[in-house]
Parts: sequence; C-alpha cells; structure tokens
Amino acid sequence: MADSTMIAEDANKPRTETIILKPSRGWVSLNLKDLWRYRELAFFLTWRDIKVRYKQTLLGAAWAVLQPLLQMLIFNFLFGSIANIPTGDIPRPVFTYSALLPWNLFSKALSDAGRSLVASRNMITKVYFPRLLIPVSTILSGVVDFAIAFVVLLGMLWYYQVSFTAAMWAVPLFLLLALVTALGVGLWLSAWNVHFRDVRYILPFLTQVWMLATPIAYPLSEVAEKWPQWEFLYSLNPMVGVVEGFRWALLGGEGTLSSAVWLSVGIAVALLISGVLYFRRMERTFADTV
Amino acid sequence: MSEYAIQVSNLGKQYKIGAEIDRYRTLRDSLTAAVTWPLRLIRRQLPPKSDTIWALRDISFEVKKGQVLGVIGRNGAGKSTLLKLLSRVTEPSEGYAKITGRVGSLLEVGTGFHPELTGRENIYLNGAVLGMKRLEIDRKFDEIVEFSGVRKFIDTPVKRYSSGMYLRLAFSVAAHLEPEILVVDEVLAVGDAEFQRKCLGKMSDVAQEGRTVLFVSHNMSAILRLTDEAIVLDQGSLVHRAPTKEAVDFYMASGFSQTGERVWRNEEIPSNSAPFRPLALRVRDPRGNIGDTVRSTEPLDLEIEYQLDAPVQGLRVGVYLITMRGEIVFTSFDTDSPEVYDRYGTRPAGRYLSRGRIPANYLNEGQYVLGLNASSFRVKRYFQDERALAFNVDAMGAPGMQWTEARMGPVRPDLNWAIEEMKG
Repeated sequence: MADSTMIAEDANKPRTETIILKPSRGWVSLNLKDLWRYRELAFFLTWRDIKVRYKQTLLGAAWAVLQPLLQMLIFNFLFGSIANIPTGDIPRPVFTYSALLPWNLFSKALSDAGRSLVASRNMITKVYFPRLLIPVSTILSGVVDFAIAFVVLLGMLWYYQVSFTAAMWAVPLFLLLALVTALGVGLWLSAWNVHFRDVRYILPFLTQVWMLATPIAYPLSEVAEKWPQWEFLYSLNPMVGVVEGFRWALLGGEGTLSSAVWLSVGIAVALLISGVLYFRRMERTFADTV
Repeated sequence: MSEYAIQVSNLGKQYKIGAEIDRYRTLRDSLTAAVTWPLRLIRRQLPPKSDTIWALRDISFEVKKGQVLGVIGRNGAGKSTLLKLLSRVTEPSEGYAKITGRVGSLLEVGTGFHPELTGRENIYLNGAVLGMKRLEIDRKFDEIVEFSGVRKFIDTPVKRYSSGMYLRLAFSVAAHLEPEILVVDEVLAVGDAEFQRKCLGKMSDVAQEGRTVLFVSHNMSAILRLTDEAIVLDQGSLVHRAPTKEAVDFYMASGFSQTGERVWRNEEIPSNSAPFRPLALRVRDPRGNIGDTVRSTEPLDLEIEYQLDAPVQGLRVGVYLITMRGEIVFTSFDTDSPEVYDRYGTRPAGRYLSRGRIPANYLNEGQYVLGLNASSFRVKRYFQDERALAFNVDAMGAPGMQWTEARMGPVRPDLNWAIEEMKG
C-alpha cells in the first residue's frame, strides 16, 4: 500500500485529513492508526466469515463439535488401541480432545488465512483498506468454532470427573498464544500465496506434518524420554507450547509448566512480528499481482 | 487549509508487461531463476530484463474543493489506473499525490458482496468495506433500501436476486457514501434506463452538495451533464484539460486524423491480440469513395481488413456503432448469419476483408464512432478498439427534412408511412 501519512489538520476540521501518496521503499511502517480506523471492518469481515461458514450445511455448527470428536476417536484408536501410548492419569478422550481444540483452531486458521488474500481478490483490487484485516478476520472467525467445541470439552471434563485446576485462568492466554502463532504463520503464507500459488499445495502437507510434530495424541514427556537429543528441536514448534499449556491449564499435568511453553511464546511473537513486517512490505504489490 | 482537494504531481504507474496473462510467478519460476543465475552470469547473459510499461506517466493536475472533474480517454489510456492510485488501491511508481479529505471510491459496485448473505447483511458488509461506520449505515439504512427498491427481498440471500436487483442494491449502498472526495468509475453503466436516470440524479445531487468528484465515464452525455471541467488522458499522459464541452470535442476529434479510414500500424497493436492483426477499417459511400461524411439516404459500406497469423476457431470480427454521446446504436459481427458462421467455424490463417452494409435511411444526422471488435465468444477477445473511426452523417434528403428541428435519437428510418382516410 501507499505510504500514507496521515496528518490531522487544524482542530476545527477534525474529519479532514491529508493523505500523501508516493512510492514506498523498503520496509514500511505498520500504520497502526489505519488499522484502528478500520476496526469495524475487521468486525464485519469476521462476522461474515462466521455467518457464511455453515450456511447450506446440513448439520451447521454441529460440525465444530463433530470434527474434533471424530478426530479424537481416530487418534484414540491409532495411538491408544494400536500403539498404546500412555497419557498419564488423564483419560485418553480428554487428553486428545483438549489438544485437538487449539490445534484445529490453528490448522484451520492457517489454511484459511493462507488462501484469504487470493479469495478476497475482488475487494483488494477495488477498494482500499488495510489488507492485514483480511487474514486477521479470517483467523478470528475460527474462535467461534473453538468456543462451541470448548463447551463440549467442559462436558467431557465433568463426565470423566476431571477436577478443574487453579490454572484455568490461563486458558484464554493459551488461546491467545494459538492465535498469535496462527497469525504469524498465516501472514507469511497469505502474502506468499499472492505471489506463489504453490502455497495451496504446500498447505495440506504442512498442516499434516505439523500436526504429527505436535503432542496431540501423545504426551510431550514421551518425546523427551525416548529422544532426548531431539527435544530442543522438537520444542521449537510453537504449537508444542500451546498444546502443552492448554493441557496444563485445564488438566493440571505435573505441576509446573514445561519450559517449552516459554520457548513457544518467544517463537510465536517472533513469527508474528516478522509476519507483519513481511506482509506490510509485500502489501503494496498485492493489488497489482493478486 | 489548502483550497485543493487533490493535487497530483508527476504521478506515474509502471506495470510489468504480460502481467495480465501471467500475473503471478510460481515458486518454481523463482527457484529456476535463482539456480540458473550463476550460469547466466558465466555466460555473460544479463538476466532477462522484464519489460515494463507505464500505464500512467507524468500526470500533474489539481482538483479544487467542490469541483466535479471528468476524466475521459480511450480504453487503456490510464483512467482506471489513475482512479486506482487516487483511491489507494495500488501505489504509484513515481511522483506523488496529496489528497485532502476522506476518499470514497466507486470503482465497482457490489465489492465485498457475499452471495450467501441477505440484502440487509450485505448492506452492512459492503458499507463497511467502502469505509462507512456502523452508525452511519444504521442511520442511512432505510434510505438505502428505499433507493434500491428491493425492500421486499431485503432478508433474502442476494444469490437469489436478479442481476438487476443485485446491482441496484449495490449501487444504492455506494451512492449513500458521504466522503469528501468521491471517485467514480463507470458505475452508471448498470441497471435499466430507469435506474440509470436515478443514478445520474443521485450523482448530480452529490455534485451539488459541494463535494469533490472525479468522474470517469465513456458516456459523454453523462460527463457533459455532471462535470464542468474535464481532463483527457491518452496513452498514459494527460493531453488536455478544458471546460467539459471543449474537452469532449477535443477527445472526439483526437486520434481520428484518418477519418473515413483507420489504419493500424504494427506498434499500435497490443501483443496479446495475436494471432489477430487489424489492418484497416473503412467507410465507403455507394460510389466506393472513402470519406468522413456520408449521406443518410445512401447505404454505407463498412470494410474491415485484417490478418490472421494462425487459424482461429469461432472468430467473429465486427463493429460497434456508437453515437457521439457514447451510446451504442448496434453491435454487428461478420459471422452473425448462421450459414457464414458454419462456413467459418475455423478461419484459416491469411489476410481477410470483411464487408458489411449499413442500409440507407438508417442513421440520423450527426457524428458517429465505429468500434472494432475481434473475438471468439466466451474464449478470448483478441482485439477491441471502441473508438476506431469517426464519421459524419449528413441528413440531406432524409425523411422529415421539411422541418428544420433536430430529430432526436440515433436512427432516422423511413417507416413507409401511409395515411388512410377511414370513412364512416
């Protein structure tokens, strides 16, 4: 986008602003002011995504629950009945389902955000607004699915008589961490996809591998025990921290939080910052190339 | 406070050629380029320099606050690029523009409409996309619905709307934007005549409210009606600025130096029109003379001469006849008749001359423009020039010439009137 510097004119005319359009060079500023001005559009885009998602589906929002439930059954069968991987004292369904929630939020956010700019080509080539809003609203719309599935999780906790932990307050924080990670990666992918349509082929593969590299159906301790030399590399995956943190906050786990979580926070933030910078840098050519 | 709403200085926009066909690279292309780079270096071959084109260059002009400025020019003259730059959709490659006030752009109505959402929901969504605040939309909601005339279906998903209803709703949202500067591109070309009148009315309201408007259209009568001054763009440069009437005259007269005949030089033909190559378009009177003035009482022969560098399937070559005001009188193709169409299912490579005849007593007096189109339906538009050739029609001896008034309408047919006296 144009390097648009906003200069508020004299106070008598609060709505009049001056915009300078000129070619931008190198890294551009974040232009947070513009993002704030268009916050309502972010809301409307998110709302649209939510509204449209389950229209003309037979089961509607039930999919938000069915999907993780079915995944859970498959995982339990594969990792429990066949591979017999231990899950500590946590009932296996709760163990898997509680990890699938943040994971699904993340993987859906990733694939939707990756395609979001290209899917919104029509708007991008016709109207100005901060392009960042497109992947952001796409990712935010996934929170609704998460919330629906979360209610089911609470039911499962009750059914399996897992007592609530004192760390419950941290659940929103880990939700935020999942969103930050998704946004960071999503921004990279969406900006990439404008120029390289390869992203759409990479995405399914990427999420699949990433999923297996995340302790969803097996505990993190299992990795640490069997391959201690790989543990550090493994925990570079920010979703390790998200899933571990989630379990820790909901189910207690072994008291203290794994250090992997802090590493994840750091990586997620780094991804987000670099993602935003890269996105802003590429943004100016979106309308010409998308 | 400056008295200008828009100040543009040496503005330019450069595009890569071929960008329309191959808009995005694949990763493979980039990787290949990266891998072969050292090789090319060794061979002392410079990396293939991508050809670029200036869609717009060295544009400077100002628009005063409250002024309504028309922008006219042929297809590809840079009008749309200019509007895209000013509405911040894309950024300039050089120069700068200073814009004082909130800009609302109507580059296309219905941007952001989602087919699954209802009319009501789309009003909010589209309003937000166009930069309206939610409160603003709340306030104007009834007015928007009223203007569109689709109140009955406001809670129906727009995918069930007819295309007319869809466009009316879309325009209504856009028309209720209240920016200080409004940038409008051809939106009046939507809907039926009745709705177009309504739109024009709305546009002139906007203009009279003292807002700054930049208005692009092919419809000269709309330009004449709505704007007092206009700029003319040609091949990416600003070539003229004058009071609208004068600018329209300038525009109509420009590029028509070979009236009666239009000849295309090779460099005038865009590369993506291959394998079609226009050579000439001519207007002849029944005696075979090429001229810029023909008589309405005589038939008029049209000749399109062109070259096909490869066989083309389903090709149709034809003309638009357009009035001075930009209204299309008719469109006609050389393969309109089914027999001809069958015979030329695939037109072999070679040089051709397509001839057609406008019958006598068909056109009214005035100036007309012929546009040329060569396309395969739903496959490709090879070539289009909407303003290829202009000519004048003289109505000497035409029906009704005993009255000196100017006849309205683009045609002046001889309807073989007969008057019978009925008895009893």
